[in-house]
Amino acid sequence: MMIEKEHNLDNIAIHLKDITIRYRMLQERTTSLKEFALNWIKGKNSYNHFLALREITLKVKKGESIGIIGDNGAGKSTLLRVIARILIPTMGQAHVYGNVTPILELGALFDPELTGRENIYLNGAMFGFSRQAMNDKLDRLLDFAGIGDFIDSPLRTYSNGMIARLAFAITTDIEADIVLIDEVLAVGDNNFRQKCISRMETFNKNGTTLVTVSHNLSLLEKLCSRVIWMEHGRIKADGHPEDIIPIYKQTKTQALFDKSQADFT
Amino acid sequence: MKTVVYAPSKVQRTFIDEIGSLIKYRFLIGELILRNIKTRYKRSLLGVAWTMVNPLLTMLVMTVVFSQLFAFDIPRYPVYILSGLLLWNFFSETTVSATRNLLWSSKLLKRIYIPKSLFATAAVGTGLVNLLIALVPLGFIILITGTRIGFAIFFLPISLLIISLFSFGVGLAISAQAVFFADVVDMYQIILVAWMYLTPIFYPLNILPDKFQWVIHINPMYYILECFRSPLYMNKIPEPQIILGAIISAITALVVGGFLFTRKADDFAYYL
Repeated sequence: MMIEKEHNLDNIAIHLKDITIRYRMLQERTTSLKEFALNWIKGKNSYNHFLALREITLKVKKGESIGIIGDNGAGKSTLLRVIARILIPTMGQAHVYGNVTPILELGALFDPELTGRENIYLNGAMFGFSRQAMNDKLDRLLDFAGIGDFIDSPLRTYSNGMIARLAFAITTDIEADIVLIDEVLAVGDNNFRQKCISRMETFNKNGTTLVTVSHNLSLLEKLCSRVIWMEHGRIKADGHPEDIIPIYKQTKTQALFDKSQADFT
Repeated sequence: MKTVVYAPSKVQRTFIDEIGSLIKYRFLIGELILRNIKTRYKRSLLGVAWTMVNPLLTMLVMTVVFSQLFAFDIPRYPVYILSGLLLWNFFSETTVSATRNLLWSSKLLKRIYIPKSLFATAAVGTGLVNLLIALVPLGFIILITGTRIGFAIFFLPISLLIISLFSFGVGLAISAQAVFFADVVDMYQIILVAWMYLTPIFYPLNILPDKFQWVIHINPMYYILECFRSPLYMNKIPEPQIILGAIISAITALVVGGFLFTRKADDFAYYL
């Protein structure tokens, strides 16, 4: 028994146990303390509950690359936020073995008023790096991002592509055991996207666990060895991309077909 | 290999844990302070000079108004009023920006894990830098009014530590509430105005009739202000009971603020 437990510890990167995320929202959006107090006196503060995740249980092995698919609002991004410690589950437990780099929205951690260099320091510090440590990485980052002379201009003068490249360069330079990617590979030109994908593949070869959320099914087929299909906060299917993705595609076209039929009649 | 468990019960962290994670994120605190200062001065003509000129102008107006209209019998009134103003500005600016910084960083907190008390810490750090800059014109006023400065000045770092801890605690308490209700900041600012007039910043303590003296004596800012003003204005280390009152105020604010904040910190991401 003991041996099996240790064996498990060596192989598991993420273990989610009955994770539920429940948003409690006040009805009629009571956002002021005054209203809340008045309603409280009247005993009229009622809450709406919204379950973003419903008792999700999931084990991800070390070095695995999994993709998450599903409609908007199915809970894909919420799941990543739980793994990244951004959302503490309402119920259940998340066991995460190793350090996590979330790449959730490229450039969201930047300040548009600061220069590229200042943003590199700021962003690095968010992951616990000193200025000195970021200076040592600087050449490598600039080379990957290809922003050249813009390094000392304010970020608001950058194009979206440049911002994405810089953010991607910084976050993927960190040696992490687990990398979470949310739709970020949808930005930038083809050339840059290829660069990102090949970097992800190298990561995975070196034993990093990847969890990717994307609507780009062919990308997931290429990058992932396992796909999770989510629907209404639950896991609907879990398996090989070759098994899951065709059924998913079929359901999507079927849904579209049904909708057009309904519209027609 | 680092193993972390995130679960509602396991993550009920204490305030001590929160402070511990601040040390891990010390570089980020530094970067945030730098950013606050840079963005404050970047697009203004006078830049750093504003931090010095602004309290001087207020001092000038107040000196004229109060010494002419109310005829307070305070020697070297400009030093009295400027030292009071600087300390009050520090307190009000830090607590309000601790709250604002937390609310504005919602974009960040939805995308990465950061200890949330970091924003109050950075606000206090920014306030300290601004206060140190504003001490320059105060030194100038002290010189031209012929105020004596002696060894009591070495008490000043202790005063600054006390006001920093007090502001940190109050900032945490207010910002923890402001995440859930948008009007908390507005209400707090109204309270601040009343609180300012209940603190002997512009007027001497003895203008209040005896039966209202207790109002001053339950005001924590009275003790803290005395700790700051005494060495600068009177060249005197404050009375022991004043120091004690200030220390108790700071510790109470820290404990209460820390408790209110850590109790709710894990819920912020659900609401921001």
